[in-house]
Amino acid sequence: MNKQLFLGDEAIAQAAIDAGLSGVYSYPGTPSTEITEYIQHSKIAKERGIHSQWCCNEKTALETALGMSYAGKRTLSCMKHVGLNVAADAFMNIAMSGIHGGMIIVSADDPSMHSSQNEQDNRVYGQFAMIPIFEPSNQQEAYDMIYEGYEWSEKWGYPILFRITTRMAHSRAGVQTRELKAQNPCSVEENARSKYVLLPANARKQFKILLEKQKEFLQASETSKYNQLLGLPDETTDCAPRSRLGIVACGIAFNYLQENFPEGFENPVLKISQYPLPKKQLFRLVESCEEILVLEDGFPVVEEQLKGYLGLGLKVHGRLDGTLPRDGELTPDKVRKALGKEVEVYYSIPDVVEMRPPALCAGCGHRDVYEALNEVIKEYKDAKVFSDIGCYTLGALPPFQAIDSCIDMGASITMAKGASDAGIFPSIAVIGDSTFTHSGMTGLLDCVNADANVLIIISDNETTGMTGGQDSAATGRIRSICQGIGVHPDHVREIVPLKKNYEEMKSIIREEIEYPGVSVIVPCRECIQTHARKIKETKK
Amino acid sequence: METDIILAGVGGQGILSIAAVIGSAALEENLFIKQTEVHGMSQRGGDVQSHLRISDQAIASDLIPLGRADIIISLEPLEALRYLPYLKKEGWIVTNSKPFENIPNYPKTDQWMKEYRRFSHKIVLNAEQIAKDLGAPRSGNVVLLGAASPYLGIDFSHLENGIRQIFGKKGENIVEINLKALQVGRETENYLSI
Repeated sequence: MNKQLFLGDEAIAQAAIDAGLSGVYSYPGTPSTEITEYIQHSKIAKERGIHSQWCCNEKTALETALGMSYAGKRTLSCMKHVGLNVAADAFMNIAMSGIHGGMIIVSADDPSMHSSQNEQDNRVYGQFAMIPIFEPSNQQEAYDMIYEGYEWSEKWGYPILFRITTRMAHSRAGVQTRELKAQNPCSVEENARSKYVLLPANARKQFKILLEKQKEFLQASETSKYNQLLGLPDETTDCAPRSRLGIVACGIAFNYLQENFPEGFENPVLKISQYPLPKKQLFRLVESCEEILVLEDGFPVVEEQLKGYLGLGLKVHGRLDGTLPRDGELTPDKVRKALGKEVEVYYSIPDVVEMRPPALCAGCGHRDVYEALNEVIKEYKDAKVFSDIGCYTLGALPPFQAIDSCIDMGASITMAKGASDAGIFPSIAVIGDSTFTHSGMTGLLDCVNADANVLIIISDNETTGMTGGQDSAATGRIRSICQGIGVHPDHVREIVPLKKNYEEMKSIIREEIEYPGVSVIVPCRECIQTHARKIKETKK
Repeated sequence: METDIILAGVGGQGILSIAAVIGSAALEENLFIKQTEVHGMSQRGGDVQSHLRISDQAIASDLIPLGRADIIISLEPLEALRYLPYLKKEGWIVTNSKPFENIPNYPKTDQWMKEYRRFSHKIVLNAEQIAKDLGAPRSGNVVLLGAASPYLGIDFSHLENGIRQIFGKKGENIVEINLKALQVGRETENYLSI
């Protein structure tokens, strides 16, 4: 008996270690960050020499994981849902090559956008790449499915997309762990070149192999203990009465369904935690029921498939017909309403309760950057400030209201260039150090090559702040990177963002706005959160 | 036995320490636990909450359904009110009375106090002040936990063990001071009459 209270993220991490992991490759992103952090702090991981350093971005991470798998070892790559967009090129093509050492790719999706700019459902990616998807319904299943998943991945020769959502990632429950397995030795497959050199001739063969594999993936889903058809006998009998409603519950939606039937289900239920969709069980459910209700956290992925675009066949209820809201994460209450049961609420939120949005910490260097920037751009009525993903995105809120955009990692620099090309002046980008090394450097090279008239402010707090202070890839090297990319050394300006330096900051900003080419200002001061943590640790 | 608890506060106030102590105590009683946390953007001074469910039966949902929480424990008076739709009809509110004013439109004291008047199952106390008087200025959350302890369905001695477990790493002094804060919170009669 070895039950521990684990976050879903931690259960995944522990399971990977126990299954013989040799390397985890990730970039921080809520709600996936704690998986890699757990491994970084794990004693066994250290003893076993498990690689766990943060990568520059999700694409470099996933490709590095592939290299480790190529060499026969078990590997994990974790990212938030939008991170998989960055890694999508690698992802789609790893499905073509296949893998050697077991590989699991964790996509932590964020429906309701607690800490994200969209709520895309990455099961779509899994189906796109035609690889198996695991979607555990609770923390114990998360552990077990990772632990067993490595065996599956190696048996199939393909990676598994492991999809969780925020509530699974960031909720704790008791988890029973299993015995620690040995790590794989380093080895390379005999036919490795024909798999990994995706020249058209090889790629065509690999695609046929992937297509052929679909039968195996489907069979595994249909026999998976994580997919369960409940409340129906195994075989159809002619005299079996048809139920009015059958329910399909994917991932954690199953828990919300259970919550509403404490005495046991009243309808036939198909619990789904492994894809491709188990066809046999779905057939069985559909032929036994008049209508189907689909419960899934995220997009109506399964619902759309069952219903078909024109909706001519089955009667399917869910997010598409308004039985459930089309957007936002699932909750036990939304499921309850969808089941036609009453939700009893005794007290409403009083009017006196105001919104309390997050804000930049008191004493944060980004504050000083925005204070100075706001002062200067008052002088330029057409100024636009393109920003990016990080703590400094909070510069959008009062009292600063300093930024005009936040789209995706790195887009500040490239949007500033495009807007400048179109005639916006001054066109300014504000990006953090970690986001800059994640996806900003290539955009800066575009600016240099075109000699664009842009001012790029790399607000450097020497950490990846928003996700809790992970190492930033180029601490202490931002200036040399910018110069290496080709920004003129006279126009890479460094300054410490403090109140006492306001006048100097303002004049530097003014000068570099007026310089008709690429200029970079690097206000650099350590994040006050990581600074405080370091002081605490040295005291110990 | 089944207790559903909403823990509320502002990012950085320390609701997760309360959750950890209750969780540790519940494990000692061999109870099932589920507990959601907030990570990421909201931690930066935004409103944060944790759903903590303990039961002697397996728990299905990680989230507490609306209208089902037995108790709201809040480190901030306005934040307790934010989660009222989760509270059972006969549920309890245990809240710190000291506002955390990081928004420009924070309501005046008598405005939020008025909202508490309609509840009889409430404990409103200045946990921060009580902790300061004890010489433990950072233990306001534990004082609050002490005040909430009669309504959790968990043995008080197990909560004390939870304190030992969670604060043990920080040294014997910190453990002692928090045990005291827990006791004082439980015994205090310094409730504000609203």
